[in-house]
Amino acid sequence: MQTWSLVSICVLLGVVVRWGVSLNSYSGAGKPPMFGDYEAQRHWQEVTYNLPLQEWYFNTTDNDLNYWGLDYPPLTAYHSWICAYVAKIINPDWVELHKSRGYESLTHKLFMRTTVLVADLLIYIPAVVFYCLYLTDGSSKKKVSTLLCFLLYPGLILIDYGHFQYNGVSLGFALWGVLALGLGWDVSGSMAFSLALNYKQMELYHALPFFCYLLGKCIKAGPMGRGLFLLVRIAATVLATFALCWLPFLSDPSQALQVVRRIFPVARGLFEDKVANTWCSLNTLIKIRSIMSGDSQLYLSLACTLLAVLPSCFRLLTKPTFWHFKLALVNSSLAFFLFSYQVHEKSILLAALPVCLLLNDLPLIAIWFLQASTFSMLPLFLKDGLLVPYVVTSLAFLFFSLYLLSALDHCSEDELRMGAYNKLLVFLPKLDLACIVRWKFYVSVAVMAVLSIVSVALVPPPHLPDLFPVLVSTTAFLHFFGTFVYFNVVQFSEPPSRKSQKKSN
Amino acid sequence: MAAPVDSGYWFPALALGVSFLKCLFINAYHSTDFEVHRNWLAITHSLPVSRWYHENTSEWTLDYPPLFAWFEFGLSHVAQHFDRNMLQVENLNYASPSTVLFQRLSVIFTDVVFIYAARECCRCVQEQKGPRDVLSRPSFVLAVLLLWNFGLLIVDHIHFQYNGFLFGVLLLSVAKHLQSQHLQGALLFAVLLNLKHIYLYVAPAYGIYLLRSYCFSQDNKDGSIRWASFSPLRLLALGSIVVSVCALSFGPFVAMGQLPQVLSRLFPFKRGLCHAYWAPNIWALYNILDKGLAVLGVRLKLLDEAGLPRASMTGGLVQEFQHSVLPSVSPSVTLVCTLLSILPAVASIWLRPRGARGFLRCLLLCALGSFMFGWHVHEKAILIAILPLSILAVESREDAGIFLVLTTTGHYSLFPLLFTPAEFPIKVSLMLMFTVFSFTALRKLHSGQGSLLRPLEVIYLLGLVVVAIACEVVFPLSPWQQKLPFLPLLATSVYCSAGICYSFLRLYVSLLRRDDKPKQL
Repeated sequence: MQTWSLVSICVLLGVVVRWGVSLNSYSGAGKPPMFGDYEAQRHWQEVTYNLPLQEWYFNTTDNDLNYWGLDYPPLTAYHSWICAYVAKIINPDWVELHKSRGYESLTHKLFMRTTVLVADLLIYIPAVVFYCLYLTDGSSKKKVSTLLCFLLYPGLILIDYGHFQYNGVSLGFALWGVLALGLGWDVSGSMAFSLALNYKQMELYHALPFFCYLLGKCIKAGPMGRGLFLLVRIAATVLATFALCWLPFLSDPSQALQVVRRIFPVARGLFEDKVANTWCSLNTLIKIRSIMSGDSQLYLSLACTLLAVLPSCFRLLTKPTFWHFKLALVNSSLAFFLFSYQVHEKSILLAALPVCLLLNDLPLIAIWFLQASTFSMLPLFLKDGLLVPYVVTSLAFLFFSLYLLSALDHCSEDELRMGAYNKLLVFLPKLDLACIVRWKFYVSVAVMAVLSIVSVALVPPPHLPDLFPVLVSTTAFLHFFGTFVYFNVVQFSEPPSRKSQKKSN
Repeated sequence: MAAPVDSGYWFPALALGVSFLKCLFINAYHSTDFEVHRNWLAITHSLPVSRWYHENTSEWTLDYPPLFAWFEFGLSHVAQHFDRNMLQVENLNYASPSTVLFQRLSVIFTDVVFIYAARECCRCVQEQKGPRDVLSRPSFVLAVLLLWNFGLLIVDHIHFQYNGFLFGVLLLSVAKHLQSQHLQGALLFAVLLNLKHIYLYVAPAYGIYLLRSYCFSQDNKDGSIRWASFSPLRLLALGSIVVSVCALSFGPFVAMGQLPQVLSRLFPFKRGLCHAYWAPNIWALYNILDKGLAVLGVRLKLLDEAGLPRASMTGGLVQEFQHSVLPSVSPSVTLVCTLLSILPAVASIWLRPRGARGFLRCLLLCALGSFMFGWHVHEKAILIAILPLSILAVESREDAGIFLVLTTTGHYSLFPLLFTPAEFPIKVSLMLMFTVFSFTALRKLHSGQGSLLRPLEVIYLLGLVVVAIACEVVFPLSPWQQKLPFLPLLATSVYCSAGICYSFLRLYVSLLRRDDKPKQL
């Protein structure tokens, strides 16, 4: 069969699965007074449509910032504004100022879900298709298998189509950036990534690798002459893109400052809820938030994050290849997730995207991490009533990615890039690392399954109401931390030679 | 690269994949058939057997044969662990989340029969020689065509019915015949008839085939019947199987003296010629011809508008459609038409049996014939032809062409079944997925000289796209939406009936042409 037909079947399957998930409930459905992210997005449509642009980010009589005030960069606001125009045509009640607050109906849900699908079809899905077709190795069947697994990653589907957010847009722009960089179009890549940054500030998790890769490339091309010229072009593109996105807010400095204040709310504390990062997991042992002041928490997390990011970024700067770029994206986003300030559980999607890029190169580890990342959001899914889609998509992803990418067959030490461990652990007797990894994988999947069942079926003991969420987040944290260490080691070991890469495919 | 799909595990992977997909539709729209089956669960669970076919608290009375009632009875014992309230007859339109979950899961799990049957059918197809890519192996293509069948997915897992399980029994029985295990095949078909009597449509093919090719063990050299080879023992075996299954199913009701009551439930001739949405068959064309003539007559002042029966199509939801110009059609007329339409097919396999594949072709013609001419046919009945035709399509080039026309048309004609906007993306994507696969896979399978379809067929199928866009996208936005709400349904069923008539005729030609060349399989 021709590649085009397989690709279109995969894309259509991806759409069907996405829409199947979207038939389920969303966050905060029927839960006044605050509702959830669904209402937040609807509220932003209401605000952007009815208020002048100067009031979007300000607390005014018509814009109560305590009720889901806009806290994403301008591109999100413009997106809401466009959606609001469509909504106004279909049914003006959906975006009426004040009166539409907490509006819920089946038609409106359909409309909101459609906006997510449209954004995905325009931005995220084409990027995934092109990435898998042009930037992965192997036969066309292998490429299509990777494409299918990439498209079916449950975490993103469940958050965007179940919980309700537009992560596909920012991740899609970032992916377009990666794609362009991989094809050597550095200028358009930096523009795409600037758009991603202007859609969600969380894309900063990916910013350092982009920066280091491009800078490293410029240095390699010669700090004077061609390299400098490239650097100037990139810088100009980034500045121009930012200026364009922020144009309406630049007329008044106070406007721009207010937007920045809204985007980076430092007052919200080190972490919220139960998130699978270092601080929250450490919290079960040491109550950091009570022994340190707010400012020192901020500095501590900043220092830790920088420390965690630096090695991989330094490595990328000296070896600006696409392989290192992909690894650095993983390492940087994981470092930010694990150590930075005010992290949400959904931010793991930012680490999941670059791991998806490695599905073809390191199938087992990638699948393992992606599964753990979906699992880490379990408490959120349970709260939103997404148990059935969570179970279905996770099992399907686990099974199909292992099967299609034959991950369990391709896990020799060489293919797992674990040569470095033998050098590091010289004092230990020689172990069959591949076998250990495989068994760790089985055990971890079993643990995740058991914890999922327990969270659903059992009632926690009354004196420990948060027992299961904490267990889930700690388990997920261990996985994330392990992956973080692993990918750093991979980045510092020798890059795979073309030959061995060919063989592993 | 050794592609993973080259290993032997592709069949379980396909089956598991589609089962996961089905689970995603648990919260999708479900039709009144959901309540029908819930009601039957309640009836069989809470009432004694003697009341099953008398109970009429709900308008959805039990109108399937007794074995299906027993099937519901069995399901109800699992259902009580989900939600006891769904088992109360008075709880009309009860659809708690656990009821929905149970009912949906019951369809998904009973589909195991269908999966097993598909596996058996895949074992029967002739594999071409030589190492081939797994994606273009006949058995793989057949597995996808059966397991991922668009019609079955939306009818069972969104609209809600238990067709997967029933078709599983049908395909299993066909597979048994293909494997020359005729008694098992006959047993399965007898069971199937007692599960859902719609399969009476294809019973003539079974009856004649078994009588001719099983009870007569030998043919003359020229293929004609050798009367001396009649085996009474075989006839007795067949007869006892069929009689004992029917006795098991209907016996208790005969003993209670309820047979007339059961039969009146099974065959309600009170309904009209066509279903609310006209199934794309001859009667749809007949109706539209009548309508056209009436309009023409009024225009030309040949007919008196007041004298015509009030145009009853406007709602699109009436059961009884009165013809104004052409004579009205009675159930007996449809019966005669149906019998006439299948007669040549049945006669052909009597006069010149061509093994199990000839039987399968005859079965298809019976199914299509009764679909074309039957009384009160549902559009869903087209699946009885589409699914078995998949087996022939992967084996012969000509059948592949017929399959593509029939399947694409038949599947599109199921679109009005899902009218809710929320399910629109699903039906479009699934349909495209299945169509893209069937076109590319069958072309690859029968690669060689030229296209599988004739130019006219291609034009017709492209017209389907135009009809689809006009009906699903343009029409709802146009001002006619208010005045003529039935127009899309009308256009769909008329356009599709042309394609289905055409496939029916082509299939007939393929059967009769093979008569001239008996050597060719």
